[in-house]
Amino acid sequence: MEGIRTHILVCGGTGCMASESEKVIKNLGLILKAREYKEEVKIVQTGCFGFCEQGPIVKIEPDDVFYVRVSPKDAKDIIDEHVIKGRIVERLLYKEPSNENTINKQEDIPFYKKQLRIALRNCGLINPEDIYEYIALGGYEALGKALTEMTKDAVLDEVKKSGLRGRGGGGFPTGLKWEITKKQESDVKFIICNADEGDPGAFMDRSILEGDPHAVLEAMAIGAYVIGADKGIIYIRAEYPLAIERLNIALKQARDVGLLGKNIFGTNFNFDIDIKFGAGAFVCGEETALINSCEGKRGEPNYKPPYPAEKGYWGHPTCVNNVETFANITAIINRGAQWFASIGTEKSKGTKVFALAGKINNVGLVEVPMGITLREIIYDIGGGIQGGRKFKALQTGGPSGGVLTEDNLDTKIDYDSLIEIGSMMGSGGMIVMDEKDNMVNIAKFYLEFTMDESCGRCTPCRIGTKRMYEILNKITSKKGTMADLDALKQLCYMIKDSSLCGLGQTAPNPVISTMKHFWHEYLAFIKDVDHPQGEGKYVPKNKIGIKS
Amino acid sequence: MTKQQAISVTTPMTQDLPKEKFDELETFIDQMETTKGALIEILHKAQNLFGYLPRDVQLFVARKLGIPGAEVYGVVSFYSYFTTKPRGKYTISCCMGTACFVRGADKIIERLKEILGIESNEITEDGLFTLIDVRCIGACGLAPIVKVDEKVYGRVKEEELEDIINTYRLLEGKK
Amino acid sequence: MKIKSIDELRKIKEQYQDFVQLRKQGEGNSEHVEVLVGMATCGISSGARETLNAFVTQLAKEKIVGAKVISVGCIGYCHAEPTVQINIKGQKPILYGNVTEANVSKIIEQHIKGGKPVEDLVLQVDFERA
Repeated sequence: MEGIRTHILVCGGTGCMASESEKVIKNLGLILKAREYKEEVKIVQTGCFGFCEQGPIVKIEPDDVFYVRVSPKDAKDIIDEHVIKGRIVERLLYKEPSNENTINKQEDIPFYKKQLRIALRNCGLINPEDIYEYIALGGYEALGKALTEMTKDAVLDEVKKSGLRGRGGGGFPTGLKWEITKKQESDVKFIICNADEGDPGAFMDRSILEGDPHAVLEAMAIGAYVIGADKGIIYIRAEYPLAIERLNIALKQARDVGLLGKNIFGTNFNFDIDIKFGAGAFVCGEETALINSCEGKRGEPNYKPPYPAEKGYWGHPTCVNNVETFANITAIINRGAQWFASIGTEKSKGTKVFALAGKINNVGLVEVPMGITLREIIYDIGGGIQGGRKFKALQTGGPSGGVLTEDNLDTKIDYDSLIEIGSMMGSGGMIVMDEKDNMVNIAKFYLEFTMDESCGRCTPCRIGTKRMYEILNKITSKKGTMADLDALKQLCYMIKDSSLCGLGQTAPNPVISTMKHFWHEYLAFIKDVDHPQGEGKYVPKNKIGIKS
Repeated sequence: MTKQQAISVTTPMTQDLPKEKFDELETFIDQMETTKGALIEILHKAQNLFGYLPRDVQLFVARKLGIPGAEVYGVVSFYSYFTTKPRGKYTISCCMGTACFVRGADKIIERLKEILGIESNEITEDGLFTLIDVRCIGACGLAPIVKVDEKVYGRVKEEELEDIINTYRLLEGKK
Repeated sequence: MKIKSIDELRKIKEQYQDFVQLRKQGEGNSEHVEVLVGMATCGISSGARETLNAFVTQLAKEKIVGAKVISVGCIGYCHAEPTVQINIKGQKPILYGNVTEANVSKIIEQHIKGGKPVEDLVLQVDFERA
């Protein structure tokens, strides 16, 4: 092992094997032997590089040179020119289709750069329990710059111009929220970080808090400076013990070096942060409910207006932003609104973190520019469907979102396009389903969730979701009739129109969208039993569609 | 999914709850800067101490803060993290997040109920296990997931559940 | 020590430039070998703590000085947890996936001591950090 100076990696994935990579390996070996370099150079057959279209792929390490479409004949040049003489074989380098530029380093190939990490920029790179590692990578510079070199209006302007929108789901422009809170006349204001990540299947906020807690603290301080608050609160789920522990360490370290506390950076700006714990209630992600919970009460939402920006925590103007939103702020201040606004689509700027899960090969967190297609996320980044099965549907927006089907795979996704195709961004959960999943069961699963999490304050949501769940249960146990389907549909729209808060208003979405795209699956449950109405023959007897 | 938690107001307070724990809770409350808005924090502390929030503890908190017992119960019953029933020695959490669901968590929890002979949020007769369903513990890459206390079992299959539970029964010499 | 001005902050940043260069590109003057272990909830539930402990004990046993084991957050590759990144001066940082306890000695032997990445565990990094 000791004497080996170069590795030649040859792709042995199915795609490349089909394009003669075996022969390439054989020839490389023969030539190495002939040139007596066998002791120094090792040929390794690797797994798929995921770039099959350009196969066979050959990579030279440690030079990190990446050759594409290597034919068995090219083996001689690779050995003689590159390995022995150290000259790169230009004709085998990858050419970018658009401008014919050759590229020799793997990470420069656009294919590998589908992801751009802004909110997750430090996750996995720094020790979250060491403030100096964060500072070394430019941490707290944005706060310093804001406090000492920029006016409040200048900072606000940057955030507004960046086009950043709330990453918690609603997509409300962050700059505008800050501006409204800033305008309120009050001596006491609060800034709250919403870390009550309740969507089952989304865990980016937790990852940010666990991997880069200072980014959130710093951004909260910047926000506080703009709106004129001196107190911040992080409202976090009690189910995230590790994130809480890391936040506490980060808070202590920031106080120790004076980056939280009195007279930060020698200015007259004072700011400190408290942690408040949630206790397991999905509805607390809604900002008025969250504020109630911060005050130690039942986390029920209030009627808006007044908005928290006017009357929030203990009646004072309060700005509530999500963890991922905050994680973008420092990058915007450091690199400028223009840079940020250059990424993404016209109305949705920057990137979004998605938690990719379900029947997909590369389950994980991905951060992609707005405007990427679902196909790119699922197949290029996610590595396709497990077991080579067929893609069936994808749920975004968690229990408040809807399903997307194969027809939507090429839609460029952002806040608005997702709503147009019947789902929503939500907090960024992305659950992939394959042909084996029954969509009625999926809808029932989400309904069970919202029924369980409904806070009980308003009737449509409290009782409506329960009735919907009962009907779905009846259907899936094959006892349903066409009348039930009709009633279910009507209930959906009734609950949507009359619920108090976002939880109820969006609760029927999974049912509405599965009914729209997978109506036949609902019918399959009905048709299996012998019912006189039969398919499509049912005529509602009264307005709400229940047989009288 | 979660069963309603009943708390009887007519049953006399018979459980012997250790006085030291009440003392510790009292000190905790006394040392707070302000109790304004701190009810949830206090209940977290109380549940840490007692393991659950029985009626006596709720009433103690209410008296200490000078608020109606109903207000305390209102908060306790609202949040799923708080429980009014004692927990078994081991808590088995079955993740019911979406990622786990599409990978078969519904079958896993049904099988667990069958093996243990209880519903979620109940305790087994021998006092060993409590079964709870939890929302996403964030290890979606390992779905479906079952957790016994802090030990995570990833990619569990229905047929493995009996063995997992038996390891704990064996530990206790109950098999 | 309190940081009183932005200049003081920038001075601290300067002092850490070797560290940053090693961490980000595998360059600079730092003589350390860094072992970054992804220790977020997902990593820990897949056994990252055992992996981290194995690195610490085995590096000590092998008497490899100047190697630092650092716990970091989640890198997002849940499908391949636990993940470990090795940074050695003069080499591009290498990210490994599925690094269970059993794979630790292989990485120490082959990569940290021998300088050759363990190819079958290497993960392709498909993102760019802002």
